Amino acid sequence: MLEGFLNQFWPATVDGLSLGAIYALVALGYTMVYGVLRLINFAHSEVFMVGTVAALFTLTTLGVSGQLGGLALIGMLLLIAVVAVVASVVTAVGLEYIAYRPLRKRGGSRLAALISAIGASLFLQQLFALIVIPRLFRLPQEGGRLPVQAPGWVRRSDVVTIGDFVVRNDKLLVLVAAVLMMVALDQFVNRTNLGRGIRATAQSPENAVLMGVNIDRIITATFAIGGAMAGVAGALYLMRFEETNYFVGFLLGIKAFTAAVLGGIGNLRGALVGGFVLGLIEMYGSALFGSEWQHVVAFVVLVLVLMFRPTGILGESLQQARA
Amino acid sequence: MTITKGNANILTKSRQTMSGGTQRLRDRWAAAPRGARWGVYTALIIGALLLPSSAIGGFMTPRSDWATVLVYPIAVYVALAIGLNVVVGYAGLLDLGYVAFFAIGGYAMAVLGTMWGWNFWEILVVGVLLTSVSGLILGAPTLRLRGDYLAIVTLGFGEIVRISAQNTDAIGGPRGIAGIPHPPNLSDFEIFGIRPLRYGVLDPRPYYYLLVLLIVLTIIFVKRLENSRVGRSWAAIREDEDAAELMGVPTFRYKLAAFAIGAAIGGAVGVVWAAKVISIIPANFPFFLSATILAAVVLGGSGNIPGVMLGAFLIAWLPERFRVFQDYRVLLFGAALVLMMALRPEGIWPSRRRQAELAEGTGGMGALGAEVGGPGGEVEAEARTPETGR
Repeated sequence: MLEGFLNQFWPATVDGLSLGAIYALVALGYTMVYGVLRLINFAHSEVFMVGTVAALFTLTTLGVSGQLGGLALIGMLLLIAVVAVVASVVTAVGLEYIAYRPLRKRGGSRLAALISAIGASLFLQQLFALIVIPRLFRLPQEGGRLPVQAPGWVRRSDVVTIGDFVVRNDKLLVLVAAVLMMVALDQFVNRTNLGRGIRATAQSPENAVLMGVNIDRIITATFAIGGAMAGVAGALYLMRFEETNYFVGFLLGIKAFTAAVLGGIGNLRGALVGGFVLGLIEMYGSALFGSEWQHVVAFVVLVLVLMFRPTGILGESLQQARA
Repeated sequence: MTITKGNANILTKSRQTMSGGTQRLRDRWAAAPRGARWGVYTALIIGALLLPSSAIGGFMTPRSDWATVLVYPIAVYVALAIGLNVVVGYAGLLDLGYVAFFAIGGYAMAVLGTMWGWNFWEILVVGVLLTSVSGLILGAPTLRLRGDYLAIVTLGFGEIVRISAQNTDAIGGPRGIAGIPHPPNLSDFEIFGIRPLRYGVLDPRPYYYLLVLLIVLTIIFVKRLENSRVGRSWAAIREDEDAAELMGVPTFRYKLAAFAIGAAIGGAVGVVWAAKVISIIPANFPFFLSATILAAVVLGGSGNIPGVMLGAFLIAWLPERFRVFQDYRVLLFGAALVLMMALRPEGIWPSRRRQAELAEGTGGMGALGAEVGGPGGEVEAEARTPETGR
C-alpha cells in the first residue's frame, strides 16, 4: 500500500493540485455568498453544472473536432469560458432573485433559505436532465440523464518532465487559469469600490446601509462574482475531463464547500488554500486506499475539520481577514 | 424589509387567506372534550386499517397495486417523516443525511438475517439500538456546529454510508444483499380474507399493518416526548439556543437525544422495509431520498405530526397516482420547495408555535444575514461570532 503510494506520489500531487484548483474556484462562490449573507448557497453546485453545459454547447455548436494545442487551445478555452461565465452568472443571479430574495425581504429563517436552495438545486438538475440537455445536444429524452461527452478537442502533451514529475498541458492550464482568476478576484475585492461595498456588507450589513451602500446591489454582485468563478471552473472542468451531466455539480459542490470550510469559510484566500489542500488529500487518499474511496476521504476530511477546527485553516470571515 | 414593500404585501396577503380556515378548525379541536378526541383517534386508526381495500385502490393507484404502494412508498415515507420530524421539526436541526439511518437499519436486517440467521423481531430491537448508537456517533462530534454546517456534515455522512456500503465486498458491494428473510409468521389467524400476521411474499398487507403499528407506537412515543420536559427543551433550543443554554437547558444533550431518537425511528423503518423487499442495494439509499423525506416534513408542516404525515402521504402518493409526475416529480418537488418557502414557509399544516416562530424569523438557525431592520436583526449579531455553536 505504502509502496504504491510512493510510486504515485508525484502524479497524485499534480492531479491533486489541478483538481484542487477547480474546487477552489467553485469554493469562492460558497465563500463569497456565505461571507455576505451567512447562507450556504446550496444551489451553487448547479451554477457550476450550468457552466459546464454551456461550455460544452459552445464546443459542439462551433463544431470543434480537431485536437487543439498551444495557443489555439488557450483561445478556445477563453471562448468557452466566456460563454460559461455568462450562463453561470445568469443562473446565479436568477437564483438570488427567485429563491433567496423573497425570503430575505421577509427576514425568513436560514433554515427556510437552505430548504429553498435545496429546492432550487433539485429543480435545476431536473430541468437540465429532462429538457435542457436533451434539447441542446439533440438527444433522446433518456439521454439527459447520461454523461454527455465532449468531442476530443484537447491535444494533451507533457509540458514539464522532471523524472517522475510530469505535468500535462491541460492540468497546467487549469492551475494557471484558476490562480489568475483568484488573483484578479482578490484585487477586485480589495481595490475597487464594489469590492469595498462587499467587504463592508460582510462586516455589518446595518452599518453598510447607513454608510450608503446599496445592499441589494452588493448581494447581486456577490452572486454574480461567485457565478463567474463557477463558470470558469465549468469551462476548465470540461477541458480536463471532457464530459458533463446534469448531476456533475452535486459531488463537486459538496467538495467545494468542504474546501471553503477547510480554508475558513468567508475567507477568499482560504478558499484557494482549502481547494488545493482538499485536492491533494483526495488524490493522496485514493493513491493510498484505492480510487473508490476518494469521495469518502473527502467527506471524512470535512467531518474532521468541522470537529477540530470549524474556523478552517486561515480562519473565517471576509471581514476580519480583510478578504 | 423596507425596499420592495409592494412585493412583500402580495406575499403576506396570499399567506393570510390560506391560513384563515385552518385557524378556526384548530380552535375547535383545542376545545374538544377528551371523549371526542378519542373518537377521532379511533376512527383514524380504523380508517388506516381499512385503507388497503381494493374498493379505493382503483382510484388511488390505477396503474399499480394499491396495497403494495401503501407499504412502499406511502407508509415507509410517513414513518420516516415522523422520525425526521423529531430532528428537524422539534429540535430545529437540519439533517440532510437521514437516509443513512434508514440504510443502517436495512443493512442490519440484511446482514443479521442472512449471515447470522437472526429472527426479524430480534433484529428489530438490535437494529433500533444500532441506529440510535450511530446517531450518537454522528451527533456527538457534529452537534456543536452551527446549523448550516450540520446540514452539510449530515449530507456528507449520508454519502459516506452509501459509498462505503458500495465499496465493501463483505456486504455485497454494489450488488447489495439478496435473500433477506421475511418475519416469522405469528399465526394463521384470518379476518375478512386477510391473514394479517402471516408474512409471505405475495400479500403486502401484513407488512402494511406492521408499519401502521410501528407508526402508531412512534406517534404515541413522540407525542409524549413533545409534551414533556424534553419537548419543551427542544422548542427552546429551536427558538434560541443561546437563551436556552443560559436558562439551564443542557442543549447539547437534548440535541443529541433528538438525533438518536430520529435515527432509531429511521432504523426501525429500515429493518421492516428490508424484511419485506427481500433484497437491498446501496443505490436504494441516495441523497435524493433524504431530500424527499425532508421535503415531506417541510411541505407538510415541520413540528406538527398530522401535517408531516399528510406531507409524506402526498409526496409518496401523487407520483404514483399521476403518471405525468413520474418524470417530472423531482422537478416539481424542487419548484414546490422554493414556492413554499416564499409563500408559506411553515408548510401546509403547521403547528401554531412553529408558525409564529417562522413569522419571527427564528425557529432553526436564526435569521438570514445582510438584512437591515428585519425582525432577525439582533439574532444576526451573535450568529456572527464563530464559536457560538449555532
